[in-house]
Amino acid sequence: MTTMATPTQSAPETGAPVYNPKSESVGAKRAKSTVFHLAALVLTGIVLYPGLWMIASAFKPNSEIGGGNTSLWSENFSLDNFVTALDGIGGVSTMQFFTNSLILALGAVVGTILSASVSAYAFARIKFPGRSVFFGMMIATLLLPFHVVIIPQYIIFQQLGLVDTYIPLLIGKFLAADAFFVFLMVQFMRGLPAELDEAARIDGAGHVRIFGSIMLPLMKPALISTSIFSFIWSWNDFLGPLLYLNTPEKYPLPLALRLFQDQTQSSDYGAMIAMSVLALLPVLIFFLIFQRYIVEGVSTQGLKG
Amino acid sequence: MDARAGYTFLLPWLLGFIALTVGPMISSLYLSFTNYNLFEPPKWIGLDNYITLFQDERFLQSVGVTVGYVVFGTPLKLAAALAVAMLLNSKRRGQGFYRSAFYAPSLIGASVSIAIVWKAMFGDSGPVDQGLSFFGINLGGWVGNPTMTMPMFILLTVWQFGAPMVIFLAGLKQIPNELYEAASMDGAGPVRKFFNITWPMLSPVIFFNLLMETIHAFQIFASAFIISNGEGGPAGSTLFYTLYLYLRGFSDFRMGYASAMAWLLVIVVGIITLIFFKTSKSWVHYSGDSK
Repeated sequence: MTTMATPTQSAPETGAPVYNPKSESVGAKRAKSTVFHLAALVLTGIVLYPGLWMIASAFKPNSEIGGGNTSLWSENFSLDNFVTALDGIGGVSTMQFFTNSLILALGAVVGTILSASVSAYAFARIKFPGRSVFFGMMIATLLLPFHVVIIPQYIIFQQLGLVDTYIPLLIGKFLAADAFFVFLMVQFMRGLPAELDEAARIDGAGHVRIFGSIMLPLMKPALISTSIFSFIWSWNDFLGPLLYLNTPEKYPLPLALRLFQDQTQSSDYGAMIAMSVLALLPVLIFFLIFQRYIVEGVSTQGLKG
Repeated sequence: MDARAGYTFLLPWLLGFIALTVGPMISSLYLSFTNYNLFEPPKWIGLDNYITLFQDERFLQSVGVTVGYVVFGTPLKLAAALAVAMLLNSKRRGQGFYRSAFYAPSLIGASVSIAIVWKAMFGDSGPVDQGLSFFGINLGGWVGNPTMTMPMFILLTVWQFGAPMVIFLAGLKQIPNELYEAASMDGAGPVRKFFNITWPMLSPVIFFNLLMETIHAFQIFASAFIISNGEGGPAGSTLFYTLYLYLRGFSDFRMGYASAMAWLLVIVVGIITLIFFKTSKSWVHYSGDSK
Protein backbone atom coordinates (compact mmCIF):
# COMPACT_ATOMS: atom_id res chain seq x y z
CA MET A 1 0.00 0.00 0.00
CA THR A 2 2.92 2.32 0.57
CA THR A 3 3.46 4.57 -2.38
CA MET A 4 6.97 5.69 -1.65
CA ALA A 5 8.60 7.72 -4.34
CA THR A 6 11.58 5.95 -5.79
CA PRO A 7 14.75 7.72 -4.69
CA THR A 8 16.40 9.63 -7.46
CA GLN A 9 19.67 7.95 -8.18
CA SER A 10 21.27 10.86 -9.93
CA ALA A 11 21.35 13.02 -6.80
CA PRO A 12 24.93 13.51 -5.72
CA GLU A 13 25.74 13.15 -2.06
CA THR A 14 27.07 16.62 -1.56
CA GLY A 15 23.94 17.91 0.07
CA ALA A 16 24.21 21.09 -1.94
CA PRO A 17 21.09 21.93 -3.90
CA VAL A 18 21.45 20.72 -7.44
CA TYR A 19 19.78 22.48 -10.28
CA ASN A 20 17.15 20.23 -11.72
CA PRO A 21 15.66 21.54 -14.93
CA LYS A 22 12.50 19.46 -14.48
CA SER A 23 11.58 20.76 -11.05
CA GLU A 24 9.37 23.80 -11.13
CA SER A 25 10.26 27.11 -9.58
CA VAL A 26 8.75 28.01 -6.21
CA GLY A 27 6.63 30.66 -7.85
CA ALA A 28 5.14 28.30 -10.41
CA LYS A 29 4.39 25.77 -7.71
CA ARG A 30 2.64 28.34 -5.62
CA ALA A 31 0.59 29.52 -8.59
CA LYS A 32 -0.44 25.95 -9.35
CA SER A 33 -1.44 25.41 -5.78
CA THR A 34 -3.51 28.61 -5.79
CA VAL A 35 -5.33 27.53 -8.92
CA PHE A 36 -6.00 24.13 -7.38
CA HIS A 37 -7.43 25.61 -4.20
CA LEU A 38 -9.44 28.17 -6.11
CA ALA A 39 -11.02 25.49 -8.30
CA ALA A 40 -11.60 23.18 -5.35
CA LEU A 41 -13.16 25.94 -3.26
CA VAL A 42 -15.49 27.08 -6.02
CA LEU A 43 -16.56 23.50 -6.47
CA THR A 44 -17.04 23.08 -2.73
CA GLY A 45 -19.27 26.13 -2.76
CA ILE A 46 -21.43 24.71 -5.53
CA VAL A 47 -21.63 21.25 -3.99
CA LEU A 48 -22.43 22.49 -0.52
CA TYR A 49 -24.85 25.21 -1.63
CA PRO A 50 -28.02 23.07 -1.54
CA GLY A 51 -27.18 21.89 1.96
CA LEU A 52 -26.38 25.37 3.20
CA TRP A 53 -29.47 26.75 1.52
CA MET A 54 -31.53 24.09 3.27
CA ILE A 55 -30.10 24.92 6.66
CA ALA A 56 -30.41 28.68 6.15
CA SER A 57 -33.97 28.35 4.89
CA ALA A 58 -34.94 26.34 7.91
CA PHE A 59 -34.25 29.42 10.00
CA LYS A 60 -35.89 31.91 7.65
CA PRO A 61 -39.47 33.14 7.63
CA ASN A 62 -41.56 31.77 4.75
CA SER A 63 -41.65 35.08 2.96
CA GLU A 64 -37.89 34.94 2.44
CA ILE A 65 -37.67 31.39 1.11
CA GLY A 66 -39.90 31.54 -1.95
CA GLY A 67 -39.49 35.22 -2.64
CA GLY A 68 -36.59 34.90 -5.01
CA ASN A 69 -33.91 34.85 -2.40
CA THR A 70 -30.61 33.23 -3.24
CA SER A 71 -28.84 34.60 -0.21
CA LEU A 72 -27.91 32.34 2.64
CA TRP A 73 -28.18 35.16 5.14
CA SER A 74 -31.24 36.76 6.62
CA GLU A 75 -31.91 39.48 9.15
CA ASN A 76 -34.84 37.50 10.43
CA PHE A 77 -33.36 34.18 11.41
CA SER A 78 -35.56 32.48 13.97
CA LEU A 79 -36.43 29.09 15.36
CA ASP A 80 -40.11 29.42 14.47
CA ASN A 81 -39.95 26.84 11.69
CA PHE A 82 -38.46 24.29 14.03
CA VAL A 83 -41.17 24.96 16.60
CA THR A 84 -43.80 24.29 13.94
CA ALA A 85 -41.91 21.26 12.65
CA LEU A 86 -41.61 19.72 16.10
CA ASP A 87 -45.38 19.92 16.54
CA GLY A 88 -45.63 17.09 14.08
CA ILE A 89 -48.49 16.23 11.74
CA GLY A 90 -51.87 14.65 12.07
CA GLY A 91 -51.70 14.54 15.85
CA VAL A 92 -48.39 12.69 15.89
CA SER A 93 -45.41 14.51 17.31
CA THR A 94 -42.16 14.69 15.40
CA MET A 95 -40.43 13.01 18.34
CA GLN A 96 -42.61 9.98 17.68
CA PHE A 97 -41.48 9.88 14.04
CA PHE A 98 -37.93 10.22 15.24
CA THR A 99 -38.32 7.32 17.63
CA ASN A 100 -39.86 5.20 14.88
CA SER A 101 -36.97 5.94 12.54
CA LEU A 102 -34.53 5.10 15.29
CA ILE A 103 -36.20 1.78 16.08
CA LEU A 104 -36.13 0.80 12.42
CA ALA A 105 -32.54 1.90 11.91
CA LEU A 106 -31.21 0.21 15.04
CA GLY A 107 -33.15 -2.92 14.19
CA ALA A 108 -31.57 -2.84 10.75
CA VAL A 109 -28.08 -2.49 12.22
CA VAL A 110 -28.49 -5.33 14.72
CA GLY A 111 -30.10 -7.63 12.17
CA THR A 112 -27.55 -6.93 9.47
CA ILE A 113 -24.55 -7.33 11.77
CA LEU A 114 -25.80 -10.65 13.12
CA SER A 115 -26.94 -12.24 9.90
CA ALA A 116 -24.34 -10.88 7.50
CA SER A 117 -21.35 -11.75 9.69
CA VAL A 118 -22.47 -15.34 10.24
CA SER A 119 -23.27 -15.88 6.57
CA ALA A 120 -20.04 -14.23 5.49
CA TYR A 121 -18.10 -16.57 7.76
CA ALA A 122 -19.62 -19.53 5.95
CA PHE A 123 -18.63 -18.11 2.57
CA ALA A 124 -15.17 -17.04 3.59
CA ARG A 125 -13.98 -19.72 5.99
CA ILE A 126 -15.91 -22.97 5.67
CA LYS A 127 -15.50 -25.34 2.76
CA PHE A 128 -18.81 -26.96 1.88
CA PRO A 129 -20.41 -28.32 -1.27
CA GLY A 130 -22.31 -25.68 -3.19
CA ARG A 131 -20.41 -22.79 -1.69
CA SER A 132 -19.23 -21.25 -4.93
CA VAL A 133 -22.65 -21.64 -6.51
CA PHE A 134 -24.33 -19.84 -3.65
CA PHE A 135 -21.61 -17.23 -3.61
CA GLY A 136 -22.25 -16.53 -7.28
CA MET A 137 -25.96 -16.22 -6.59
CA MET A 138 -25.26 -13.83 -3.76
CA ILE A 139 -23.22 -11.65 -6.10
CA ALA A 140 -26.02 -11.81 -8.68
CA THR A 141 -28.51 -10.45 -6.15
CA LEU A 142 -26.28 -7.39 -5.83
CA LEU A 143 -27.22 -6.49 -9.38
CA LEU A 144 -30.86 -7.53 -9.16
CA PRO A 145 -33.40 -4.69 -9.16
CA PHE A 146 -35.30 -5.33 -5.96
CA HIS A 147 -38.55 -4.20 -7.55
CA VAL A 148 -38.96 -7.70 -8.90
CA VAL A 149 -39.61 -9.00 -5.40
CA ILE A 150 -41.67 -6.23 -3.80
CA ILE A 151 -45.03 -7.31 -5.16
CA PRO A 152 -44.89 -10.98 -4.08
CA GLN A 153 -43.29 -9.95 -0.79
CA TYR A 154 -46.13 -7.56 -0.19
CA ILE A 155 -48.68 -10.25 -0.99
CA ILE A 156 -47.03 -12.68 1.43
CA PHE A 157 -46.87 -10.19 4.27
CA GLN A 158 -50.40 -9.09 3.58
CA GLN A 159 -51.65 -12.65 3.81
CA LEU A 160 -49.73 -13.14 7.04
CA GLY A 161 -51.43 -10.05 8.44
CA LEU A 162 -48.10 -8.29 8.88
CA VAL A 163 -48.82 -5.17 6.87
CA ASP A 164 -48.61 -2.06 9.05
CA THR A 165 -46.03 -3.68 11.33
CA TYR A 166 -42.26 -3.30 11.28
CA ILE A 167 -41.72 -6.99 10.60
CA PRO A 168 -41.68 -6.75 6.77
CA LEU A 169 -39.18 -3.90 7.05
CA LEU A 170 -36.87 -5.71 9.45
CA ILE A 171 -37.05 -9.39 8.62
CA GLY A 172 -34.84 -8.99 5.56
CA LYS A 173 -32.14 -7.43 7.71
CA PHE A 174 -32.10 -10.46 9.98
CA LEU A 175 -31.85 -12.72 6.93
CA ALA A 176 -28.88 -10.95 5.34
CA ALA A 177 -31.00 -9.74 2.44
CA ASP A 178 -28.66 -6.80 1.85
CA ALA A 179 -26.14 -8.93 0.00
CA PHE A 180 -23.84 -5.97 -0.13
CA PHE A 181 -22.88 -6.31 3.50
CA VAL A 182 -22.33 -10.05 3.21
CA PHE A 183 -20.02 -9.40 0.28
CA LEU A 184 -18.18 -6.69 2.18
CA MET A 185 -17.58 -8.98 5.15
CA VAL A 186 -16.53 -11.92 2.97
CA GLN A 187 -13.94 -9.70 1.31
CA PHE A 188 -12.73 -8.52 4.68
CA MET A 189 -12.48 -12.01 6.18
CA ARG A 190 -10.60 -13.30 3.15
CA GLY A 191 -7.98 -10.72 3.95
CA LEU A 192 -7.38 -12.20 7.38
CA PRO A 193 -4.58 -14.79 7.59
CA ALA A 194 -5.76 -18.41 7.36
CA GLU A 195 -3.17 -19.46 9.94
CA LEU A 196 -5.40 -17.98 12.61
CA ASP A 197 -8.13 -20.56 12.04
CA GLU A 198 -5.66 -23.37 11.56
CA ALA A 199 -3.94 -22.66 14.84
CA ALA A 200 -7.27 -22.44 16.63
CA ARG A 201 -8.43 -25.67 15.03
CA ILE A 202 -5.29 -27.47 16.22
CA ASP A 203 -6.13 -26.22 19.69
CA GLY A 204 -9.49 -27.93 19.29
CA ALA A 205 -11.68 -24.92 18.62
CA GLY A 206 -14.80 -25.42 16.52
CA HIS A 207 -16.31 -22.99 14.04
CA VAL A 208 -18.43 -21.30 16.67
CA ARG A 209 -15.36 -20.54 18.78
CA ILE A 210 -13.28 -19.46 15.79
CA PHE A 211 -16.04 -17.19 14.56
CA GLY A 212 -16.89 -15.73 17.95
CA SER A 213 -13.51 -15.26 19.53
CA ILE A 214 -11.16 -14.83 16.57
CA MET A 215 -13.05 -13.52 13.54
CA LEU A 216 -15.55 -11.16 15.12
CA PRO A 217 -13.00 -9.13 17.11
CA LEU A 218 -10.76 -8.80 14.05
CA MET A 219 -13.64 -7.74 11.86
CA LYS A 220 -14.27 -4.55 13.76
CA PRO A 221 -13.60 -2.21 10.80
CA ALA A 222 -16.00 -4.13 8.56
CA LEU A 223 -18.60 -4.24 11.33
CA ILE A 224 -18.33 -0.49 11.84
CA SER A 225 -18.73 0.24 8.11
CA THR A 226 -21.70 -2.09 7.99
CA SER A 227 -23.31 -0.46 11.01
CA ILE A 228 -22.88 3.05 9.65
CA PHE A 229 -24.21 2.25 6.21
CA SER A 230 -27.07 0.02 7.29
CA PHE A 231 -28.14 2.71 9.75
CA ILE A 232 -28.09 5.46 7.13
CA TRP A 233 -29.78 3.36 4.44
CA SER A 234 -32.54 2.37 6.79
CA TRP A 235 -32.86 5.95 8.05
CA ASN A 236 -33.31 7.25 4.51
CA ASP A 237 -35.45 4.38 3.23
CA PHE A 238 -38.69 5.54 1.72
CA LEU A 239 -40.13 2.80 -0.47
CA GLY A 240 -40.24 0.12 2.26
CA PRO A 241 -42.20 2.19 4.79
CA LEU A 242 -44.36 3.61 1.99
CA LEU A 243 -45.42 0.10 1.01
CA TYR A 244 -45.97 -1.37 4.44
CA LEU A 245 -47.02 1.31 6.91
CA ASN A 246 -50.49 2.84 6.99
CA THR A 247 -50.88 4.40 10.42
CA PRO A 248 -49.12 7.74 10.94
CA GLU A 249 -48.20 6.72 14.52
CA LYS A 250 -45.85 4.14 13.03
CA TYR A 251 -44.32 6.36 10.35
CA PRO A 252 -40.59 6.97 10.23
CA LEU A 253 -39.38 10.45 9.27
CA PRO A 254 -39.31 10.10 5.45
CA LEU A 255 -42.97 9.10 5.41
CA ALA A 256 -43.80 11.84 7.90
CA LEU A 257 -42.16 14.34 5.58
CA ARG A 258 -44.25 13.13 2.72
CA LEU A 259 -47.39 13.46 4.86
CA PHE A 260 -46.32 16.93 5.82
CA GLN A 261 -45.81 17.82 2.19
CA ASP A 262 -49.26 16.51 1.28
CA GLN A 263 -51.02 18.33 4.07
CA THR A 264 -49.40 21.71 3.87
CA GLN A 265 -49.46 21.75 0.06
CA SER A 266 -46.22 23.68 -0.03
CA SER A 267 -47.74 26.60 1.87
CA ASP A 268 -45.39 26.30 4.82
CA TYR A 269 -42.06 25.72 3.11
CA GLY A 270 -40.13 26.92 6.13
CA ALA A 271 -41.51 24.30 8.48
CA MET A 272 -41.16 21.60 5.85
CA ILE A 273 -37.52 22.42 5.28
CA ALA A 274 -36.92 22.62 9.02
CA MET A 275 -38.32 19.13 9.30
CA SER A 276 -36.13 17.98 6.41
CA VAL A 277 -33.14 19.30 8.31
CA LEU A 278 -34.22 17.47 11.45
CA ALA A 279 -34.66 14.29 9.44
CA LEU A 280 -31.14 14.56 8.05
CA LEU A 281 -29.54 15.62 11.31
CA PRO A 282 -28.51 12.14 12.51
CA VAL A 283 -27.01 11.34 9.11
CA LEU A 284 -25.07 14.59 9.10
CA ILE A 285 -23.83 14.03 12.65
CA PHE A 286 -22.83 10.49 11.73
CA PHE A 287 -20.98 11.84 8.74
CA LEU A 288 -19.12 14.48 10.72
CA ILE A 289 -18.00 11.94 13.32
CA PHE A 290 -17.20 9.05 11.01
CA GLN A 291 -16.31 10.86 7.79
CA ARG A 292 -12.88 9.28 7.59
CA TYR A 293 -14.40 5.88 8.08
CA ILE A 294 -17.21 6.44 5.63
CA VAL A 295 -15.03 7.83 2.87
CA GLU A 296 -12.37 5.15 3.40
CA GLY A 297 -15.10 2.55 3.37
CA VAL A 298 -16.34 3.80 0.04
CA SER A 299 -12.91 3.90 -1.52
CA THR A 300 -11.79 0.48 -0.34
CA GLN A 301 -15.03 -1.42 -0.55
CA GLY A 302 -16.86 0.39 -3.28
CA LEU A 303 -19.76 1.14 -0.98
CA LYS A 304 -22.52 3.24 -2.43
CA GLY A 305 -23.79 6.35 -0.81
CA MET B 1 -15.51 -30.15 3.40
CA ASP B 2 -17.69 -29.31 6.29
CA ALA B 3 -21.23 -29.33 4.97
CA ARG B 4 -23.04 -29.23 8.29
CA ALA B 5 -21.16 -26.26 9.69
CA GLY B 6 -21.26 -24.52 6.33
CA TYR B 7 -24.99 -24.66 5.92
CA THR B 8 -25.60 -23.85 9.58
CA PHE B 9 -23.65 -20.64 9.30
CA LEU B 10 -25.14 -19.89 5.93
CA LEU B 11 -28.68 -20.42 7.22
CA PRO B 12 -29.71 -16.76 7.68
CA TRP B 13 -28.66 -15.80 4.17
CA LEU B 14 -30.01 -19.02 2.67
CA LEU B 15 -33.42 -18.54 4.30
CA GLY B 16 -33.57 -14.96 3.13
CA PHE B 17 -32.41 -15.91 -0.34
CA ILE B 18 -35.13 -18.54 -0.70
CA ALA B 19 -37.97 -16.78 1.09
CA LEU B 20 -37.31 -13.17 0.09
CA THR B 21 -35.62 -13.44 -3.29
CA VAL B 22 -36.01 -16.71 -5.22
CA GLY B 23 -39.54 -17.49 -4.04
CA PRO B 24 -40.87 -14.00 -4.75
CA MET B 25 -39.07 -13.90 -8.10
CA ILE B 26 -40.77 -17.09 -9.21
CA SER B 27 -44.14 -15.95 -7.98
CA SER B 28 -43.83 -12.56 -9.63
CA LEU B 29 -42.96 -14.32 -12.87
CA TYR B 30 -46.16 -16.33 -12.48
CA LEU B 31 -48.16 -13.25 -11.53
CA SER B 32 -46.91 -11.43 -14.59
CA PHE B 33 -48.99 -13.85 -16.67
CA THR B 34 -52.12 -13.20 -14.63
CA ASN B 35 -54.65 -10.62 -13.74
CA TYR B 36 -54.44 -10.12 -10.00
CA ASN B 37 -55.84 -7.38 -7.80
CA LEU B 38 -54.95 -8.80 -4.38
CA PHE B 39 -58.58 -9.55 -3.49
CA GLU B 40 -59.63 -12.14 -6.04
CA PRO B 41 -57.51 -15.13 -7.01
CA PRO B 42 -55.09 -14.53 -9.91
CA LYS B 43 -56.53 -15.23 -13.34
CA TRP B 44 -54.20 -16.64 -16.01
CA ILE B 45 -54.13 -14.39 -19.06
CA GLY B 46 -50.95 -15.56 -20.76
CA LEU B 47 -48.87 -12.84 -22.36
CA ASP B 48 -51.61 -10.21 -22.22
CA ASN B 49 -49.84 -8.04 -19.65
CA TYR B 50 -46.70 -7.91 -21.72
CA ILE B 51 -48.65 -7.15 -24.89
CA THR B 52 -50.70 -4.45 -23.18
CA LEU B 53 -47.53 -2.87 -21.82
CA PHE B 54 -46.29 -2.03 -25.26
CA GLN B 55 -49.58 -0.38 -26.13
CA ASP B 56 -49.70 1.54 -22.87
CA GLU B 57 -48.64 5.11 -23.58
CA ARG B 58 -47.88 5.84 -19.95
CA PHE B 59 -45.62 2.81 -19.82
CA LEU B 60 -43.78 3.87 -22.97
CA GLN B 61 -43.44 7.33 -21.53
CA SER B 62 -41.98 5.93 -18.30
CA VAL B 63 -39.45 3.97 -20.36
CA GLY B 64 -38.52 7.14 -22.22
CA VAL B 65 -38.12 9.15 -19.03
CA THR B 66 -36.00 6.50 -17.36
CA VAL B 67 -33.81 5.82 -20.37
CA GLY B 68 -33.23 9.56 -20.81
CA TYR B 69 -32.24 9.83 -17.19
CA VAL B 70 -29.87 6.85 -17.33
CA VAL B 71 -28.30 7.76 -20.67
CA PHE B 72 -27.61 11.39 -19.81
CA GLY B 73 -27.36 11.35 -16.04
CA THR B 74 -24.96 8.46 -15.54
CA PRO B 75 -22.20 9.49 -18.00
CA LEU B 76 -22.37 13.09 -16.80
CA LYS B 77 -22.14 12.00 -13.19
CA LEU B 78 -19.18 9.74 -13.93
CA ALA B 79 -17.45 12.40 -16.03
CA ALA B 80 -17.80 14.85 -13.13
CA ALA B 81 -16.57 12.19 -10.72
CA LEU B 82 -13.51 11.41 -12.84
CA ALA B 83 -12.67 15.05 -13.51
CA VAL B 84 -12.84 15.99 -9.85
CA ALA B 85 -10.95 12.86 -8.81
CA MET B 86 -8.13 13.85 -11.16
CA LEU B 87 -8.15 17.35 -9.76
CA LEU B 88 -7.90 16.00 -6.23
CA ASN B 89 -5.31 13.35 -7.03
CA SER B 90 -2.29 15.25 -5.79
CA LYS B 91 -0.60 15.60 -2.48
CA ARG B 92 -1.95 18.95 -1.43
CA ARG B 93 -3.25 20.29 1.80
CA GLY B 94 -6.99 20.15 2.26
CA GLN B 95 -7.41 17.14 0.02
CA GLY B 96 -9.16 15.19 2.76
CA PHE B 97 -11.55 18.05 3.41
CA TYR B 98 -12.51 18.42 -0.23
CA ARG B 99 -12.96 14.70 -0.59
CA SER B 100 -15.35 14.59 2.36
CA ALA B 101 -17.25 17.70 1.26
CA PHE B 102 -17.75 16.31 -2.25
CA TYR B 103 -18.77 12.95 -0.91
CA ALA B 104 -21.45 14.26 1.46
CA PRO B 105 -24.24 14.62 -1.16
CA SER B 106 -23.96 10.94 -2.06
CA LEU B 107 -24.96 10.04 1.45
CA ILE B 108 -28.13 12.12 1.52
CA GLY B 109 -28.98 12.67 -2.15
CA ALA B 110 -31.62 9.95 -2.41
CA SER B 111 -33.43 11.00 0.76
CA VAL B 112 -36.86 12.56 0.99
CA SER B 113 -35.35 15.62 2.67
CA ILE B 114 -33.16 16.41 -0.30
CA ALA B 115 -36.04 15.81 -2.70
CA ILE B 116 -38.02 18.42 -0.80
CA VAL B 117 -35.08 20.82 -0.90
CA TRP B 118 -34.59 20.21 -4.61
CA LYS B 119 -38.23 20.89 -5.25
CA ALA B 120 -38.02 24.16 -3.34
CA MET B 121 -34.76 25.20 -4.97
CA PHE B 122 -35.97 24.55 -8.49
CA GLY B 123 -39.49 25.80 -7.89
CA ASP B 124 -41.01 29.09 -9.01
CA SER B 125 -38.78 31.96 -7.87
CA GLY B 126 -36.60 29.49 -6.03
CA PRO B 127 -32.89 30.28 -5.76
CA VAL B 128 -32.00 28.48 -9.00
CA ASP B 129 -34.47 30.46 -11.09
CA GLN B 130 -33.39 33.59 -9.28
CA GLY B 131 -29.72 32.90 -9.78
CA LEU B 132 -30.22 32.27 -13.49
CA SER B 133 -32.27 35.45 -13.88
CA PHE B 134 -29.24 37.28 -12.62
CA PHE B 135 -27.46 36.12 -15.77
CA GLY B 136 -30.44 37.05 -17.89
CA ILE B 137 -31.80 33.51 -18.19
CA ASN B 138 -35.45 33.40 -17.30
CA LEU B 139 -36.71 29.86 -17.19
CA GLY B 140 -39.23 30.16 -14.39
CA GLY B 141 -39.74 27.22 -12.07
CA TRP B 142 -38.24 23.96 -13.31
CA VAL B 143 -40.57 21.78 -11.28
CA GLY B 144 -43.69 22.75 -13.19
CA ASN B 145 -42.06 22.84 -16.61
CA PRO B 146 -42.12 19.46 -18.44
CA THR B 147 -38.98 20.25 -20.44
CA MET B 148 -36.97 21.28 -17.39
CA THR B 149 -37.80 18.45 -14.99
CA MET B 150 -35.33 16.06 -16.61
CA PRO B 151 -32.38 18.47 -16.34
CA MET B 152 -33.39 18.97 -12.72
CA PHE B 153 -33.19 15.23 -12.02
CA ILE B 154 -29.93 14.95 -13.93
CA LEU B 155 -28.47 17.74 -11.82
CA LEU B 156 -29.65 15.88 -8.73
CA THR B 157 -27.75 12.76 -9.75
CA VAL B 158 -24.67 14.66 -10.97
CA TRP B 159 -24.63 16.44 -7.62
CA GLN B 160 -24.03 13.02 -6.08
CA PHE B 161 -20.80 12.46 -8.00
CA GLY B 162 -18.91 12.01 -4.73
CA ALA B 163 -19.31 8.25 -4.31
CA PRO B 164 -17.87 7.29 -7.71
CA MET B 165 -15.31 10.08 -7.31
CA VAL B 166 -13.95 8.52 -4.12
CA ILE B 167 -13.70 5.17 -5.88
CA PHE B 168 -11.91 6.79 -8.86
CA LEU B 169 -9.56 8.52 -6.49
CA ALA B 170 -8.60 5.22 -4.89
CA GLY B 171 -7.99 3.83 -8.39
CA LEU B 172 -5.88 6.79 -9.47
CA LYS B 173 -3.63 6.37 -6.46
CA GLN B 174 -2.79 2.86 -7.66
CA ILE B 175 -1.35 4.09 -10.96
CA PRO B 176 2.44 4.16 -10.62
CA ASN B 177 3.86 7.63 -11.01
CA GLU B 178 6.76 6.28 -13.07
CA LEU B 179 4.40 5.78 -15.99
CA TYR B 180 3.64 9.49 -16.13
CA GLU B 181 7.27 10.39 -15.66
CA ALA B 182 8.32 8.15 -18.50
CA ALA B 183 5.59 9.64 -20.70
CA SER B 184 6.74 13.17 -19.86
CA MET B 185 10.23 12.17 -20.82
CA ASP B 186 8.89 11.06 -24.18
CA GLY B 187 7.20 14.41 -24.56
CA ALA B 188 3.60 13.33 -24.03
CA GLY B 189 1.14 16.08 -23.12
CA PRO B 190 -1.70 15.82 -20.62
CA VAL B 191 -4.22 14.63 -23.23
CA ARG B 192 -2.03 11.79 -24.40
CA LYS B 193 -1.20 10.88 -20.82
CA PHE B 194 -4.89 10.70 -20.05
CA PHE B 195 -5.78 8.45 -22.99
CA ASN B 196 -2.67 6.29 -22.91
CA ILE B 197 -2.13 5.91 -19.18
CA THR B 198 -4.99 7.10 -16.98
CA TRP B 199 -7.88 5.68 -19.00
CA PRO B 200 -6.49 2.15 -19.55
CA MET B 201 -5.05 1.88 -16.04
CA LEU B 202 -8.31 3.04 -14.54
CA SER B 203 -10.55 1.04 -16.84
CA PRO B 204 -11.51 -1.65 -14.28
CA VAL B 205 -12.66 1.08 -11.90
CA ILE B 206 -14.48 2.93 -14.69
CA PHE B 207 -16.20 -0.32 -15.59
CA PHE B 208 -17.23 -0.98 -11.99
CA ASN B 209 -18.60 2.54 -11.54
CA LEU B 210 -20.39 2.51 -14.87
CA LEU B 211 -22.09 -0.80 -14.15
CA MET B 212 -23.14 0.06 -10.62
CA GLU B 213 -24.28 3.59 -11.40
CA THR B 214 -26.29 2.47 -14.43
CA ILE B 215 -28.11 -0.23 -12.53
CA HIS B 216 -28.64 2.17 -9.67
CA ALA B 217 -30.02 4.89 -11.95
CA PHE B 218 -32.78 2.62 -13.22
CA GLN B 219 -34.11 2.36 -9.70
CA ILE B 220 -34.57 6.01 -8.79
CA PHE B 221 -37.77 6.29 -6.79
CA ALA B 222 -38.01 8.47 -3.67
CA SER B 223 -36.91 11.71 -5.35
CA ALA B 224 -39.30 11.20 -8.25
CA PHE B 225 -42.14 10.34 -5.90
CA ILE B 226 -41.62 13.38 -3.67
CA ILE B 227 -40.90 15.94 -6.36
CA SER B 228 -43.96 14.96 -8.40
CA ASN B 229 -46.25 14.33 -5.42
CA GLY B 230 -46.38 10.67 -6.39
CA GLU B 231 -47.93 11.44 -9.77
CA GLY B 232 -45.05 11.62 -12.23
CA GLY B 233 -46.11 15.03 -13.49
CA PRO B 234 -46.06 17.57 -15.02
CA ALA B 235 -47.26 15.92 -18.23
CA GLY B 236 -45.69 12.63 -17.21
CA SER B 237 -42.20 14.11 -17.48
CA THR B 238 -41.11 12.57 -14.15
CA LEU B 239 -42.94 9.30 -14.54
CA PHE B 240 -39.92 7.14 -13.83
CA TYR B 241 -40.22 3.40 -14.40
CA THR B 242 -40.29 2.45 -10.75
CA LEU B 243 -42.83 5.16 -9.98
CA TYR B 244 -45.16 3.85 -12.67
CA LEU B 245 -44.61 0.32 -11.39
CA TYR B 246 -45.54 1.46 -7.90
CA LEU B 247 -48.63 3.30 -9.10
CA ARG B 248 -49.83 0.31 -11.13
CA GLY B 249 -49.20 -2.16 -8.33
CA PHE B 250 -50.10 -0.29 -5.21
CA SER B 251 -52.49 2.41 -6.30
CA ASP B 252 -54.42 0.59 -9.03
CA PHE B 253 -53.76 -2.84 -7.47
CA ARG B 254 -52.88 -4.29 -10.84
CA MET B 255 -50.34 -6.64 -9.35
CA GLY B 256 -50.01 -8.83 -12.43
CA TYR B 257 -49.33 -5.86 -14.65
CA ALA B 258 -46.80 -4.43 -12.20
CA SER B 259 -45.09 -7.83 -11.97
CA ALA B 260 -44.71 -7.87 -15.74
CA MET B 261 -43.09 -4.45 -15.48
CA ALA B 262 -40.78 -5.69 -12.76
CA TRP B 263 -39.70 -8.67 -14.85
CA LEU B 264 -39.09 -6.52 -17.89
CA LEU B 265 -36.84 -4.35 -15.73
CA VAL B 266 -34.91 -7.41 -14.56
CA ILE B 267 -34.50 -8.62 -18.13
CA VAL B 268 -33.35 -5.22 -19.36
CA VAL B 269 -30.89 -4.78 -16.50
CA GLY B 270 -29.66 -8.32 -17.11
CA ILE B 271 -29.10 -7.64 -20.80
CA ILE B 272 -27.30 -4.39 -20.05
CA THR B 273 -25.07 -6.14 -17.53
CA LEU B 274 -24.30 -8.82 -20.10
CA ILE B 275 -23.50 -6.26 -22.79
CA PHE B 276 -21.26 -4.40 -20.37
CA PHE B 277 -19.35 -7.56 -19.52
CA LYS B 278 -19.09 -8.66 -23.15
CA THR B 279 -17.86 -5.33 -24.44
CA SER B 280 -15.60 -4.82 -21.43
CA LYS B 281 -13.05 -7.22 -22.91
CA SER B 282 -12.17 -4.68 -25.56
CA TRP B 283 -11.56 -1.72 -23.28
CA VAL B 284 -11.09 -2.91 -19.71
CA HIS B 285 -7.54 -3.90 -18.90
CA TYR B 286 -6.78 -5.95 -15.87
CA SER B 287 -3.10 -5.88 -15.08
CA GLY B 288 -1.82 -9.28 -14.04
CA ASP B 289 -1.03 -8.69 -10.38
CA SER B 290 -3.62 -6.19 -9.11
CA LYS B 291 -6.76 -8.38 -9.01
